[in-house]
Amino acid sequence: MLGLLGLVYLSTVFAGFLAPDDPATQNRDFPFAPPTRLHVVDGTGRLHVRPFVYGLARPSGAFEEYAEDQSRIYPVRFFVRGAPYRIAGIFRGDRHLFGTDSPTRLFLMGSDDYGRDQFSRFLYGGQISLFAGLLGAGLSLGVGVVLGGLAGFYGAWVDETIMRIAELFLALPWLYLLFAVRMALPLQIEPAEAFLLVLVVIGLIGWARPARLIRGVVLSAKLRDYVVAARSLGASDLYLLRRHVLPQVLGIVLTQGALLAPQFILAEVTLSFFGLGVGEPVPSWGNMLASLQRYSVLSSYWWMFLPGVALIPVFLLYYAVADAFHQRSGAFSV
Amino acid sequence: MRDRYGLDRSLPEKYLHWLQSIARGELGFSVAYNSPVGPLLWPRARNTLLLTVTATVLAWLIAVPVGTWAASRKGGWADRVAAGATTALLGVPDLLVGLGFLLLAVRTGYFPTGGMVSIDFAALGPWDKLKDVISHFVLPVTALTLVNLPVLVRHVRASLIDVLQAPFIQAARATGVSERRLLFRHALRAAANPLISLLGLSVAALLSASLVVETIMSWPGLGPLLIEAVVARDLHLVVGAVTCSTVLLIAGNLLADGLLYLVDPRLRPTQA
Repeated sequence: MLGLLGLVYLSTVFAGFLAPDDPATQNRDFPFAPPTRLHVVDGTGRLHVRPFVYGLARPSGAFEEYAEDQSRIYPVRFFVRGAPYRIAGIFRGDRHLFGTDSPTRLFLMGSDDYGRDQFSRFLYGGQISLFAGLLGAGLSLGVGVVLGGLAGFYGAWVDETIMRIAELFLALPWLYLLFAVRMALPLQIEPAEAFLLVLVVIGLIGWARPARLIRGVVLSAKLRDYVVAARSLGASDLYLLRRHVLPQVLGIVLTQGALLAPQFILAEVTLSFFGLGVGEPVPSWGNMLASLQRYSVLSSYWWMFLPGVALIPVFLLYYAVADAFHQRSGAFSV
Repeated sequence: MRDRYGLDRSLPEKYLHWLQSIARGELGFSVAYNSPVGPLLWPRARNTLLLTVTATVLAWLIAVPVGTWAASRKGGWADRVAAGATTALLGVPDLLVGLGFLLLAVRTGYFPTGGMVSIDFAALGPWDKLKDVISHFVLPVTALTLVNLPVLVRHVRASLIDVLQAPFIQAARATGVSERRLLFRHALRAAANPLISLLGLSVAALLSASLVVETIMSWPGLGPLLIEAVVARDLHLVVGAVTCSTVLLIAGNLLADGLLYLVDPRLRPTQA
C-alpha cells in the first residue's frame, strides 16, 4: 500500500515526462474537448498494433461539439519531443512518454475551457495538492510532536499552557479556522507563495490533535518502570527522550500522519476550489474543480470531475497505510 | 470615513469598541454589508443549525441500526458489505458529494439547484412555503448525512463489538436472554456512553463538512457567508461567523455531555 502511494506521488513528481503537454499550453480551438478515444481498429476494419487517434472535427460547426475526423490516422508515439520541462526543478527535459502529431492533440482526460490538456494539468496539479497534504501533515506533526512531547515530558505549567492553547484550536471547527486564518493573509498572491502559504496555514492549524495524542503517549511512557529506572541510573532528559520515549511515539506519529495527509489534501483542494488557495494558471486539483461551480460545466462535461474522483483512491490508499501503521505500532507497544 | 468606521483609533480602542458591540449583540460592523454583523449572522446560523441538526438525526437513525446489525453479524456477509460500503464512502470527500448532488439537481431538474426558497416564495401560501423549503432542503441534507454516515457506522459497530465481549453480556446470554433482547436492551444501552461522546466530538467535523456542502449547494448558512466575507476581506463578519460556529460547536458538546449525564447512570454523583 505504501509502495502504491509512493508510486502515485512519484508519478506527479515526473509529471513533466508523463504528461504530453505543458499545463499552461492553451489550445483555444478545442475548449471542453471530451477525452480522446484511443483506437486499434480503423474504419476499414484493419487492426493496428500501435494505438492511434483521430483528429477532432466540428461537424455542425457549433461551439464545443466534437466528432472524430476519421479521414486521417494519427498514431500514438512514445518518447516524443515536446514542450520543455523540469523535473523537481532540476533536471531539464523535452521527451514525453507519449504524444501524437500536430495538429491533433491527445487529451486523455479531455480539455478545459481554454483547451488545456486536463491530464497534464492533473499530473502537475497533483504536485501541488498531494504534496500540500503530505508536507502540511509533516509540518503539523512536527509542531505537534515538539509541543506534545514538551507538554507530556515536563508536565506542570508547560503542560497546562500548551494544552490550553491546543484546546483553543480544537474548540473551533477547523475549516472555519482555516478560512479565518486565510482571511488574515493577502488575497492576491503568486501561486508559489500561495502554495507555501496554504501549507503553513494547514500545518499550523492541524497541530493540536496530534499534540494531544503524543502528550498522552509521552506521559504514559514517562511513568513506565524502565524509564523511571533509567532516570534513577542518571540518564539525561535528552537520552530518555531519544532512547525510550521517541520509539513509542513513532507508530502514533506515522498513523496520525497517514490520517492527517488526506484531510490536508482536501483542505488545499477546498481552499483552491473557492479561489482562496493556489490560483491560475498553476493547476491544482482544487482550482481544476473550480470550473464546476458553473452549472453549464457541471452538467455538460463529466471529465471535469476526474480530479475530484481521483481523490477517492488516494484517500483510500492513505487510510490503508494508516491501518497498516496502526497495526504495526500496536504490535510494538503492547 | 476613517472616523465613521473607527479606523483612526488605536488597537485597544478598536478592541474595546468591538467588545462593546458584542455586548449589544452586534458583534462588530460589516463594512461590505454596511450593517452590524449580528443581524446578518442570526438567520444564517439558524439555517446552518437546521441543516446540521437534521443531518445528524438522520445519520444516527441510519447508523445505529446498520452498525448494530453489522456488529451482531461480525465477520458475516452483512458485516463485510457494510464495512466495504463505509470504507468506500469514507474515501469520498465532502466536496465531491456536494458536487455530485448538485449535478443530480441540475441534470434531473426534480430538485431546485440552490438557495433555500424559490423566487416567488413570498407569494406562496403557508403550506406551499413549507413544501418549497423542504424541496430545497432535501439535497443538502442528504449530502451532509452521507458525508457523516461512514464514521458513525464504524463507531457504532466498534463500540457494540466491544460491549458484546463484556462479561455481563456473556452472563446474560448464559441465563437464556434472547439474542435480539440482548442486543437492543443490554448491549445498545451499555454502548450509549462511547456513542454519545462521539456525538459531541463529531460536531466539529459536521460543521466543517456543512461549510463545504452549504457553499457548493448555495444553502444560505454560515458557510457561504464566511467565504464571501473572506473574499471581501470583511474582518468583523469573518470573526463573527467563526465565533458563531464556535458557539454552535460548544453548544453541541455541552448537549452531548448533558445527554450523557441523563443516559448513563454511572456518571451521576451517588448520594451519600
